Amino acid sequence: MGILSSSIARKVSMALSALFLVFFLLIHVSVNLVSVFSEDAFNAASHFMGTNPLIQFVMQPVLIFGVVFHFVLGFILELKNRKAVGVKSYAKNNGAANSTWMSRNMIYSGLAILAFIALHFIDFWLPEINHKYIEVLPEDPTRYYHELREKFVNPIRVGAYVLAFVFLALHLLHGFQSAFQSMGMNNKYTKCVKNFGKTYAIVIPLLFIFIALFHHFTH
Amino acid sequence: MNLTLKIWRQKGPQDKGKMVDYKVNDISEHMSFLEMMDVLNEQLVNSGEEPVAFDHDCREGICGMCSLYINGEAHGPDRGITTCQLHMRMFNDGDTIYIEPWRAAAFPVIKDLVVDRTAFERIQQAGGYISVNTSGNTQDANSLPISKHAADEAMDAAACIGCGACVATCKNSSAMLFVGAKVSQYALLPQGKIEAADRVMNMVHQMDLEGFGNCTNTGACEIECPKGITLVNIARMNREFLKASLKG
Amino acid sequence: MSVLDSKVPEGPIKDKWTNYKNKINLVNPANKRNIDIIVVGTGLAGGSAAATLAEQGYNVKAFCYQDSPRRAHSIAAQGGINASKNYMGDGDSDYRLFYDTVKGGDYRSREANVYRLAEVSGNIIDQCVAQGVPFARDYGGLLDNRSFGGVLVSRTFYAKGQTGQQLLLGAYSAMNRQIARGKIEMFNRHEMLDVVKIDGKARGIITRNLITGEIDRHSAHAVVIATGGYGNVYFLSTNAMGSNATAAWKIHKKGAFFANPCFTQIHPTCIPRSGDYQSKLTLMSESLRNDGRIWVPAKIEDAKAIQQGKLKPTEIAEEDRDYYLERRYPAFGNLVPRDVASRAAKERCDAGYGVNATGEAVYLDFASAIERYGKEQAKIHGIKNPSKEKITELGEGIIEAKYGNLFQMYEKIVAENPYKTPMMIYPATHYTMGGVWVDYNLMTTVPGLYCLGEANFSDHGANRLGASALMQGLADGYFVLPYTIGDYLSNEIRTGKIPTDTKEFDEVEKEVKDRINFFINNKGTKSVDHFHKRLGKVMWDKVGMARNEKGLKEAMAEIKAIREEFWKDVKVPGDANEMNLELEKAGRVADFLELGELFAKDALNRNESCGGHYREESVVKEGEQKGEALRNDDEYKYVAAWEYKGEPADAVLHKEELEFKDIELKQRSYK
Repeated sequence: MGILSSSIARKVSMALSALFLVFFLLIHVSVNLVSVFSEDAFNAASHFMGTNPLIQFVMQPVLIFGVVFHFVLGFILELKNRKAVGVKSYAKNNGAANSTWMSRNMIYSGLAILAFIALHFIDFWLPEINHKYIEVLPEDPTRYYHELREKFVNPIRVGAYVLAFVFLALHLLHGFQSAFQSMGMNNKYTKCVKNFGKTYAIVIPLLFIFIALFHHFTH
Repeated sequence: MNLTLKIWRQKGPQDKGKMVDYKVNDISEHMSFLEMMDVLNEQLVNSGEEPVAFDHDCREGICGMCSLYINGEAHGPDRGITTCQLHMRMFNDGDTIYIEPWRAAAFPVIKDLVVDRTAFERIQQAGGYISVNTSGNTQDANSLPISKHAADEAMDAAACIGCGACVATCKNSSAMLFVGAKVSQYALLPQGKIEAADRVMNMVHQMDLEGFGNCTNTGACEIECPKGITLVNIARMNREFLKASLKG
Repeated sequence: MSVLDSKVPEGPIKDKWTNYKNKINLVNPANKRNIDIIVVGTGLAGGSAAATLAEQGYNVKAFCYQDSPRRAHSIAAQGGINASKNYMGDGDSDYRLFYDTVKGGDYRSREANVYRLAEVSGNIIDQCVAQGVPFARDYGGLLDNRSFGGVLVSRTFYAKGQTGQQLLLGAYSAMNRQIARGKIEMFNRHEMLDVVKIDGKARGIITRNLITGEIDRHSAHAVVIATGGYGNVYFLSTNAMGSNATAAWKIHKKGAFFANPCFTQIHPTCIPRSGDYQSKLTLMSESLRNDGRIWVPAKIEDAKAIQQGKLKPTEIAEEDRDYYLERRYPAFGNLVPRDVASRAAKERCDAGYGVNATGEAVYLDFASAIERYGKEQAKIHGIKNPSKEKITELGEGIIEAKYGNLFQMYEKIVAENPYKTPMMIYPATHYTMGGVWVDYNLMTTVPGLYCLGEANFSDHGANRLGASALMQGLADGYFVLPYTIGDYLSNEIRTGKIPTDTKEFDEVEKEVKDRINFFINNKGTKSVDHFHKRLGKVMWDKVGMARNEKGLKEAMAEIKAIREEFWKDVKVPGDANEMNLELEKAGRVADFLELGELFAKDALNRNESCGGHYREESVVKEGEQKGEALRNDDEYKYVAAWEYKGEPADAVLHKEELEFKDIELKQRSYK
């Protein structure tokens, strides 16, 4: 990975994968949001996503790669940074004086999100893969909505889901504008980017949370 | 005012070091922080103890020598200043003040509060210059007009005093503000553009070799920088680096 | 004839340097590779010399006591650098810069050196721009100039209020390039403790590694000292805490004559002292005098009320203010040279009109500049009938753009907002015009030993004009020494590497080690600073802004007494073989304690008032100029170069008579 041997190259890679994931979130939340309005439309959209070969065999691997790349590189950066800090740390360090909690704790918000992704894999993705490619069960284009509703019955799962999206919001609050800075964009538009980033970081997770709660309470 | 000081003492590079408590009394609020340290040291010398070693020289905020981490912040609680410009009016009677050296693997402690910042030297040597001879046969200074805007921006970047507060305050011990400032100064000026690509590649490479961390854009460096060097300079360095990398 | 040979070339003044350069001996490039040069000090003079010599092909070893060459105290110069570019088209020329410098120096500098300085000044700007120094520019993209004290043209180039920093970083970047090429070997945190002479020539130095305490020997074919001035002899000065005279004093003791030590500049615009704990004084750039007006209350009762904190300066009506510089010197007003401005402030404060609690401060007021700029801006922006607030706002914007960093610095130190209330300033020791005597080649009286920048007695005579120190440092390092040193080194091409395992090195190293061991083992009772402060008080009280025979004689005796006590009773904790800041200070203060006495002796010898040296016995007795300094050209038109003879009091005076062929000697008048 010669290209990743430089600190700035790593920063930029982190930023590019982040922006890709940020974009994916938008698509994901859009599809999920359909479930609130229309069972049929949701089923149709899910069926398309689940069976379209372009999505399944190109986009899905790219997405998985993106996620894995982002968190593996995140770990590598964290380890390198810990090494750079050295063994001795400050007896008193007032980080809050000059930076946000979010920016200092990306690794923890990231870990929380990673844990959620693991849960998400077990909940949605593994049964889905099993259904389609291992047991090769007959495709029923109307099954998706009911499966979704089932998942949001358990209040513990909904609670975990909500919590995970709070962490996502925290992660995005720093991550969104940080990605632009990493790619060298800091100019007169930065204020807009920052504001848009903050809005995005709050609205998208809120929508996910709303969808979960909606299905939980309308069951 | 009377104060309790918790100061990092370390005999030499190999010594383990520890925090030690001291008391100083009758400190005037008009004193500078380092004058308060002078009072402590005079006290220590008079009682036969070794004074606390700390770096300082110009005591007017420009040489970049002074480097104390005070109460958890580089150059202490005030903004836009170096340690030597910090005044005791920022503290209250009875306060306990933590005084520590810059912490970073690339800045090893030499003694007490004195650290080795020669990593910065090597980064500068890797490309922090324009390759012209000091021959006296250069072209007339006004034969190369430079827009006021570019000159002013270059000046803002060039204001860096190389104190290392950015590294000290960074949770990742990243030196990108320091390097970004130097890269920016030359990238903004036509004289510097000629070797801009080599410069940024070489300086960033050396920065990585020295063991500084990766920037995660927390922005702490910009807040603590005594000279107001902004993150814009890091972004510009990132851009310059990308440009140089893509060109090959 | 005097033992001093200034080696000034023959010919008309404007051709001297060119003709000299054309005929000077050179060293061919292949031979330069075999020649080593030591440069001590990495400020503007040392840094630029090291870089240029290395570019030329010599092997350079450079030394500084700081952790990086970039931290030399040249970095603190704020205002600017002079050059006779005449970019402003206001009638400037090499001759005019030369004339202003000689006049500003009160006719105590060497004409030929000063002319050369003016001649190369333009090159410095070209060079620095090529290096990427971000000088201020106007909207057309060309370089901007400002005016400075003591002259009638705008010839000062500047980079915000950090010109010294930017020029030093330029020299530092040139050094870095040579360090990377292996042509400069850089020794940070190393202090030169003595020079080694072999067969009468300077052949090396002994240094102490300030981290490990190791004593090292370094040999070279020539040694260049560029270690700055000795202002810290006053304890309080605008110098850096570490600025010291050790290298200069050590070479003096080894045969280099020390010239005009009494020529010291007390800078008029420094932040006043606030208490006994004060460790240093901070300069506010002289450029502030371009826009600030200096005043004290006209009524003594107002002054008293201010000193007691009962009255604010803004409450004093315009007619109750005494703009004493404008009153006394209508032609130059607030822009009189530094020595004149400093003495005028002292005069007012001594008369009881001083304005802070200590009574040692005067006001520097920006209110009228803010109003003037505000109105100008309102016109530019087409604002009709602007309100007072709007004018102030616009005016403050301009002041901020010009001096923002200085104002911020002031506010941090004094905790008062200088946009709203006048600054308080008072004179402080700033620059030393005196120093090691050098000839036209910048060589001292020891062959192969050179001295540059503030460390030499140089080009500023008895008083230095603003923005000329940077010019001189860089001129010496970039454009003078690299040529003149070739003349000497051309005789060294067959010398070969100089060994350090000789008895000369043994002897000097032993001296150095003995002295260090003495300090460590002398279990005295008083700290180094204790003695330094006492020395500083004697210097300020008796060898300060105004001097007289009685005081100077007392000062000599008192300094000697302090020195003797120092050697008996100084306490230095810690060990020799580690970082030991007290030990470093002890060595430096020991040298100041000798230098201070020579300083007073020189001041005593020079019974005239000239430039920064003011003898109360030598003033105009009557007429319009009553009370102004009076020079005595008949008796003192010479450089006083002192030869070391064991004790400072025993130093032997050698005179270099000054000849003024191109400038008519006049009493300075800024009225």
